[in-house]
Amino acid sequence: MSLRIVVTVKYVPDATGDRHFADDLTVDRDDVDGLLSELDEYAVEQALQIADAADDAEITVLTVGPEDAKDALRKALSMGADKAIHVEDDGLHGTDAIGTSLVLAKAIEKAGYDLVISGMASTDGTAGIVPALLAERLGVPQVTLLSEVSVEDGVVRGRRDGDSASEQLEASLPAVVSVTDQSGEARYPSFKGIMAAKKKPVQSWDLEDLEIETDEVGLEGAWTKVETATERPARTAGTIVKDEGEGGKQLAEFLAGQKFI
Amino acid sequence: MAEVLVYVDHVDGAVRKPTLELLTLARRIGEPVAVALGSGAENTAAVLAEHGAVKVLTHDAAEYADYLVVPKVDALQAAYDAVSPAAVLVPSSAEGKEIAARLAVRIGSGIITDATDLEAGDQGPVATQSAFAASFTTKSRISKGVPVITVKPNSAAVEAAPAAGAVEALAVTFSEKATGTKVTARTPRASTGRPELTEAAIVVSGGRGVNGAENFSIIENLADSLGAAVGASRAAVDAGWYPHTNQVGQTGKSVSPQLYIASGISGAIQHRAGMQTSKTIVAINKDAEAPIFDLVDYGVVGDLFDVVPQLTEEIKARKG
Repeated sequence: MSLRIVVTVKYVPDATGDRHFADDLTVDRDDVDGLLSELDEYAVEQALQIADAADDAEITVLTVGPEDAKDALRKALSMGADKAIHVEDDGLHGTDAIGTSLVLAKAIEKAGYDLVISGMASTDGTAGIVPALLAERLGVPQVTLLSEVSVEDGVVRGRRDGDSASEQLEASLPAVVSVTDQSGEARYPSFKGIMAAKKKPVQSWDLEDLEIETDEVGLEGAWTKVETATERPARTAGTIVKDEGEGGKQLAEFLAGQKFI
Repeated sequence: MAEVLVYVDHVDGAVRKPTLELLTLARRIGEPVAVALGSGAENTAAVLAEHGAVKVLTHDAAEYADYLVVPKVDALQAAYDAVSPAAVLVPSSAEGKEIAARLAVRIGSGIITDATDLEAGDQGPVATQSAFAASFTTKSRISKGVPVITVKPNSAAVEAAPAAGAVEALAVTFSEKATGTKVTARTPRASTGRPELTEAAIVVSGGRGVNGAENFSIIENLADSLGAAVGASRAAVDAGWYPHTNQVGQTGKSVSPQLYIASGISGAIQHRAGMQTSKTIVAINKDAEAPIFDLVDYGVVGDLFDVVPQLTEEIKARKG
């Protein structure tokens, strides 16, 4: 039977742009170009490698987001994923991580899956908790933050490099996996891949399709509330000296003045 | 006074500093009740009591080491059920955030991650967070359930506040899912003898300008002269010059030390995201136009191979 892989991806504002908050304190998505979160490219890459190693596999890439989020799906399809699901609904605006995990979990269950692969975190929210939340909601093993991953005979194995130890993990499918940016460089879409992606199916689902009530998600349904967002004041200009042979000593003098020495 | 659950991060009974910082923050909201799990859990009690824990709930079982995350979630949930706390605080490590997130879904609560400060508020604790590579600061609270909040290292001072710290055995029944992900092997990281990167008061980092793994010794020598941790930029890590566990930036660690010294690091957004909230920032770079100089309190435009060894010698001389 075919190995069904679902890759969750996020469409995020470009980190090199001037990111800020909208009036309702949600992430402003209008003034900065969006793209597939860089950390999700690693998830797509590992899905492609696992699919290559399997006899028969199908990769579905899944996102929750506004109309433009289709760009993220298209990128993943052009890298080689087989099909895409876009969960889109006006009621989703302002959904927090807990709500997002609910929507993703319902969509993953509706799509059918053996293996879910996520990136380690999004580059905008950066919390990195959605994979653990998905495992909790789906009731399947969590095999997260892997820098190496493989699937064989219905078992997923991987290496999790923590601060105090490196661990080898093992779980039976179905399971939720997340991979780090150490898992292997993501491929660039080929011209052929880009052309092929245009013909790949992208399904659209809304909250009704997933049997989710509008009060469970969105800004009103969020279980956290951002009360204020303040731009950090620019750091005051410091002293810059050119090294004329005494740069190290001058720096030591500064550090001593600040009581670091 | 309401009780606040504090999840204890410890290694065989040695409590790590971020947990003591959590106790400082917990005391602003209520009476800290600590939860210590695994081997050596009972040995944490003395130091936790010294820093304000009124109770220390402990439990040890092989499952904590043999299976990933879920046994700890089961135990924290058992403590939550036993105590009915006003909030749950967890250190913001990779594992801490996963434990906290799963607990939040189970108890029907909102979650705030990576808080850098916490204060009591009329409608529950208010958490400060950094957003968009630390270019914004937000204040948030949890609007449903009992607040579950993870807090980053260096977010509060460690304060002595002696309390009873009575040890109580926690009764834990593991869920069916607890044994889902087996840890089949564990290789502890060799200790460098230097402070933990995220907890260090001083961090010395090297980047592309260090130009080779063999040259990182000059960064390490400077770090050792200051008792500092060593960091590296993504460029240096991707080039294989230094381990990924030392990477500072968006896809590595985010640090907030008293002093951050960047050597041969240009200061791309990816790096700034991980160090921008440092109190004092110093940089050494050949390129006077490098964006890192926009952030510094003191910068030296020069060759790090000249400046860094001279700085190290001068520090050693001054320290005698």
